[in-house]
Amino acid sequence: MIEFHLDERSGVSPYLQLVRQVRQALRLGLLQEGDQLPTVKEVVAGLAINPNTVLKAYRELEREGLVAPRPGVGTFVTRTLTDASLAAHGALRQDLRRWLTKARRAGLDDESIEAIFMTTFRTAAQEDIA
Amino acid sequence: MTAALQAQGLGRRYGKRWALSDCTLDIPAGHVVGLVGPNGAGKTTLLNLASGQLAPTTGTIRVLGGRPGSDRAQMGKVGFVAQDTPTYAGLTITEHLKLGAKLNPRWDDALARERIERLGLDPAQRAGKLSGGQRAQLALTLGIAKRPELLILDEPVAALDPLARREFMQGLLEATVEHELSVVLSSHLVSDLERTCDYLIVLVDSRVQVAGEVEELLATHHRLTGPQRDTGRLPADQQVISASHTDRQSTFIIRTEAPIHDPAWTVSQLSLEDLVLAYMNTTARTHHRPVLEAQR
Repeated sequence: MIEFHLDERSGVSPYLQLVRQVRQALRLGLLQEGDQLPTVKEVVAGLAINPNTVLKAYRELEREGLVAPRPGVGTFVTRTLTDASLAAHGALRQDLRRWLTKARRAGLDDESIEAIFMTTFRTAAQEDIA
Repeated sequence: MTAALQAQGLGRRYGKRWALSDCTLDIPAGHVVGLVGPNGAGKTTLLNLASGQLAPTTGTIRVLGGRPGSDRAQMGKVGFVAQDTPTYAGLTITEHLKLGAKLNPRWDDALARERIERLGLDPAQRAGKLSGGQRAQLALTLGIAKRPELLILDEPVAALDPLARREFMQGLLEATVEHELSVVLSSHLVSDLERTCDYLIVLVDSRVQVAGEVEELLATHHRLTGPQRDTGRLPADQQVISASHTDRQSTFIIRTEAPIHDPAWTVSQLSLEDLVLAYMNTTARTHHRPVLEAQR
């Protein structure tokens, strides 16, 4: 069983924070196929958040095929995310390191690097949507 | 599904002063509704009208399809926890529960006892000896054990410390899941309501400024920042909630259903608190404008 937490200052909506925490736990192997997620009542009572927020997060995970509800029992993990992404992490990290070294050589400081990363990341995300 | 609360042109006057005017709302059941606004905005008046403690001066109000306070059945469906979560200082917890059982036809005694035990409260303790947080929990227990379909709470956490606030909201939200309860609660602090409510009513100066599902409100309100521009030159489908200008820059908070394509703007999301403050400031400005002009 995992425990959720919320970061009020992250600017990310509570529902999305819950979704990401489950995905993260799946990636790290903290949650595996067959594991139960906390019940809506447990999450609500623990975090003092609106029940519909939890329901929405669980529906989203269900839509992604990661979990499935068993009526009267709870919500269970149906798929893991570990192998596929973990294997790729190393190579990606190395690429990013190389890019960071290049950026530093070009004279960028930490803030400029963060800014260029975030704007590029957002533009790419928007293009994906469009 | 029956609406939790419907109001049409609802108003209430005390002498010459309107505590609530022209209030029109249609709130579906199944929500945790936050009613926010500054002190004296009319929140208590609206809640008292909804719970049947007050009769309207104008307009109509329906709660769960019935007229508030009209009969025993209606009163059984609606629970009300008044401001400062009142209890009887001289009565013990057990006596409070007995009173609850006597007054409420749908009273759930097992639920009440179980809840008191879970809170670690001594049933023989007098309410006057409880801490503020414990008194609030007792009032909440009475409200939940009544087994209403709608629970109305007036500033339930205003007087509580942060820990007691959190515990109170945990208990309240847990009950909404367990008993499929609709909730309306008021607060003068948005931060109390930010994660807990999925429907919001902003009440300022006796008028509803905006009401709707939190998610929808957040999705349709944006902050636009860009080169100086007159408010009149924004597209017609963008409702301006607030505007501020420097000699170079304009910042607007707008409401729109349509996407914003104008490349001149940096568009950013609002937090619920920003959104509420924008509506509060709008009213403040319209009110103070004549004064400012007189000073000029």
